[in-house]
Amino acid sequence: MSHKVIVPIGPYHPLQDEPEFFRLYVEGEKVVDIDIVIGYLHRGIEELSEHKHFDQVTFLVERICGICSTSHPFAYVNAMEDLAKIEVPERALFIRTIIAEMERIHSHLLWLGLAGHFIGYNTVWMWAWRYREPILDMFEMITGNRNHYAMMKVGGVRRDIKNEDIPILKKVLDELVPAVDMFRGAVTDDPVIKARLKGIGILTKQQAIDWAVVGPTARASGLNIDVRKDDPYGVYDRVNWNVIVEKEGDIFAKTVVRILELYESIGIIRQCLDKMPKGEIDANIKDVPPGEGIGRVEAPRGECFHYVRSDGTNRPVRHKIRAPSYMNVASNKVAAVGGTISDSAITLAAVDPCYCCTERLIVLDKHTDKKIMNGWDLIKLSQEKTEKLREAIK
Amino acid sequence: MSIADEIKDKLASKVINWHEHSVKRIYFSIKPGDIREVASFLFKDLGLRFATASGIDTPGGFEILYHFSFDKSGQIISVRTIIEDKQNSEIDSLAALAPCFEWIEREMWELLGINFIGHPNLTHLLLTEEWPEGKYPLRHEHK
Repeated sequence: MSHKVIVPIGPYHPLQDEPEFFRLYVEGEKVVDIDIVIGYLHRGIEELSEHKHFDQVTFLVERICGICSTSHPFAYVNAMEDLAKIEVPERALFIRTIIAEMERIHSHLLWLGLAGHFIGYNTVWMWAWRYREPILDMFEMITGNRNHYAMMKVGGVRRDIKNEDIPILKKVLDELVPAVDMFRGAVTDDPVIKARLKGIGILTKQQAIDWAVVGPTARASGLNIDVRKDDPYGVYDRVNWNVIVEKEGDIFAKTVVRILELYESIGIIRQCLDKMPKGEIDANIKDVPPGEGIGRVEAPRGECFHYVRSDGTNRPVRHKIRAPSYMNVASNKVAAVGGTISDSAITLAAVDPCYCCTERLIVLDKHTDKKIMNGWDLIKLSQEKTEKLREAIK
Repeated sequence: MSIADEIKDKLASKVINWHEHSVKRIYFSIKPGDIREVASFLFKDLGLRFATASGIDTPGGFEILYHFSFDKSGQIISVRTIIEDKQNSEIDSLAALAPCFEWIEREMWELLGINFIGHPNLTHLLLTEEWPEGKYPLRHEHK
């Protein structure tokens, strides 16, 4: 006799701090289908944007998300500068790039820590977050805040990077490299992690295309797409760096992509700090003509897309925002199906979901409606699987 | 042949108002009835990535822009179509083409009230199930 058991995940997913609801349909150990319910964080930001003037919108969209708080303002100002054909001063472009790459570093380290915790590697968790701290300190030094930097402005940036801060930032980056070496070694040399993450949660290349996923989720499935290379903004086309692509599409590949991207980000920031010219940081835009513009950036999770329409007044007539997780979370419909319950939590977390941007797990017995597992049970299940693998490999 | 030339060549009879805002931002208009054929050509034949769609309430009707990205060149090709009838607004769903169209059509349905014909699951995505029927937050009626 086989009856379907429903495993709902959420709205408060144990791995993240944001609400989202997954309903997993399980037969025995295997996940056979999944419902994804979002909207718990929908705040009507696109509607709000129509009531703000163009400078206020930057602050509004920054609050879409705490982790990728620079990506939305960056994509928005790119859209406005596309609309009005604004030339942004050189120094501002460099500063924007530096801030964006610092954000990528701290975001990827956050994910690395959470993923580590999730599969039972609490040491990875502690160390990843420990090495994240200096980056947040640098943000505070440059912008005054650990999150929500308020750096972007239509036509430039709001604050400069002081000369005396540059050697301090460079030192932090230098000290980060051996830490990233450590994480890379920990992940690629550990047979247990390999056994735990390889072949799990696979998103094939064709699925990545059909679901139009972006970011590390796409690049881990063999799609060589990265807005920084494809549609360069900031100064990404003036520094040397590589797009990281892996082929297997499993969680191991997604992890490797994010770790290797850390090296690239460190390299980009160093080159920017060396090449950054003196000069103005703001084009002092006063008016915006009627028109429409599209701006996008490669956020830590993938392409962040903003479309703005103006009618010559000082507010957007329409502001469409599409965060990367909107595409990536939806793809769990295929990536999480076919796997086991103990892998489901890490699979769902592997796209590095940001529900704020996009807009949670429980296990119910379908027949009795009794909750048989909650989120903590699922993490425990996931950690236990790692232990079993460790025993098997010994 | 550039991607722009390919589109203009193969979709010649369907393209209305070709506008290049810049090298990387191209817009063209079509009739709503042509969306399936045009989207299929861009997505399946040319292999463009679907980025997202923007629905806008304008005096002339509901305007939908389907944004496709040609990643090799960094160009965004935005297909514009206007559904003039706001009382019974509808357009063919693209969900059968690929799953990446499903969520944004649900979003445009619930925020603007556009019906996507043939969509497998036109239910609330962002708004609660208890949201009052007939109230579409992104419509400009009340303004």
